[in-house]
Amino acid sequence: MRARGWRLAVFVFIVGFTLNLVGIVTHVVVSSLAKRWFATPLPGAFTTEWYTYAWREFQLGDVLTVTATVAASVTALALLLGFPAAYVLARRGFRAKNAVLLLYFLPLLIPQMTYGIPLATSLYRYRIGGTITGVILANLVPMLPLAVFVLLPFIEQISESLEWAARVHGAGRWQVFRRVVLPLALPGLLTAGLLVLVNTVANFELTFLLSGAGSQTLVVALYYAVFAAGMRPIYSVDAMAVIYMAIVLVILAAALRFVRPTQMVFRLGGK
Amino acid sequence: MKRRGVLLLILPSVVYLLVMFVYPFAYGVLLSLHRPKGPAGMSLANYIAFFADPWQLRTIAVTASIAVPNTILTVLLALSVAYAMRRGIWAERTITALLVLPIALGTVLIAEGINGFYGPKGWLNQLVQAIGIPDPPRLTHNYTGVMIALFVQHFPFCFLMLLGYISGIDPALEASARVLGARPWVVFRRVMWPLIAPGAAIALALVFVMNFGVFPSAVLVGQPAGDTRTIAIAAYQQAFEHYDMSMASAIAVIMGLCQLLGLAIVVGLRGRLTATGVATLGTGKR
Repeated sequence: MRARGWRLAVFVFIVGFTLNLVGIVTHVVVSSLAKRWFATPLPGAFTTEWYTYAWREFQLGDVLTVTATVAASVTALALLLGFPAAYVLARRGFRAKNAVLLLYFLPLLIPQMTYGIPLATSLYRYRIGGTITGVILANLVPMLPLAVFVLLPFIEQISESLEWAARVHGAGRWQVFRRVVLPLALPGLLTAGLLVLVNTVANFELTFLLSGAGSQTLVVALYYAVFAAGMRPIYSVDAMAVIYMAIVLVILAAALRFVRPTQMVFRLGGK
Repeated sequence: MKRRGVLLLILPSVVYLLVMFVYPFAYGVLLSLHRPKGPAGMSLANYIAFFADPWQLRTIAVTASIAVPNTILTVLLALSVAYAMRRGIWAERTITALLVLPIALGTVLIAEGINGFYGPKGWLNQLVQAIGIPDPPRLTHNYTGVMIALFVQHFPFCFLMLLGYISGIDPALEASARVLGARPWVVFRRVMWPLIAPGAAIALALVFVMNFGVFPSAVLVGQPAGDTRTIAIAAYQQAFEHYDMSMASAIAVIMGLCQLLGLAIVVGLRGRLTATGVATLGTGKR
């Protein structure tokens, strides 16, 4: 019977936590649609004017362009650099392999604030700091390893004998890659791409440290808007937050079709 | 098939990380050992200045007072819930999908949401006042707000990680223990816990390191000028308000060292924890 009590407690906690999440998110949505809202369960009147206000005042058109540019570039580069790396790590053992794995693991383990400040210092020194290029290069540092670690199990699942069979039948190395490996790795590439995409859009610290006035992504612009909360009506800030949320949720929904939630988080010991 | 040639495929990414991660970090450490104006050559002047300034030094204590309790609470709760759910629970896919939300949405959105929901005019406060408590405690723009924000962000991550880990343990082990007459608590303590301990240690280490580097939550939901002025805020201010990059790098190094210390403590504890019972990782079928 104690087991029952225990499971009930856990269930109540989960329900409470979920309600808490729903409450947090819903509050933001309702606030963005409120004409005026002060300590009542629901606002007196609703409006969508805050969205147009936010679009104008926070220059969301430009910000979204920057966000899309950064996210697409980081994703493309992470896959371009990461796929060959994952292939080598999946197929080959070599003496420096453990050192390389550690090198890939470090940017994911060390928090972005810790290495972000030295990184920002270096990039500003070379005058790339504060530009979109700087933001892309900085975000690639954790995203490249992420792409590699996501791709690794997918490539491991492709039996190497398929490649050998193709070679036996006379295929050149490029043909083996293009017609055997690449099509089989496509689900992995898609999964890795979506995960890198959603992580880049939501990534705050590195972009915050590296962006300047014209190179802020949506999440950084949102931070500044929340930070300067007194300057603009909170409803417009929440409208911006809703736009951000919608974008992330769309990408997340796409990603969840290919990967289980528990896989989105570090895999422990399962090499 | 040329053996060596294929290894070249890995070179671009390795070079990239060496140039963009290792080099700036090493440069930052080197920078922290120099003063911008003053005697050339390496010195610990920055570090001495940090430790001599009580306003800066207290950031370590402030950050630790946030990170340590939060980490312990998060991991304990995540462990309990993941353990209870190890055999599956009703609506598991929905719950796990929902729990991915905070991870995906990120710190800034959660912080803004908490300011609204938990704020003085938010729904929680209205509910509390409606049930008759006249003077509800302040939950945002203070230490409590940061604790809530960090928990909401890191519990899902920790829970999903531990759930994946615990689910990988061979259920036959637990079943045989039960068959042999062990009560649930004994099963946990003698069979399951030694297998879970490595995963729990990793969770403790990761969550602590994440908590210690807290920045946007401390600013948006806390009191960055006072109660929740964390070491990351101090580093940021040095870099972008005082433009003292060498001091900022020094603070970043100190922050990294504190995180390393936390990691070392966890690793040390883990040695003691897994000394009981079966010492293998024992991850079963996945």
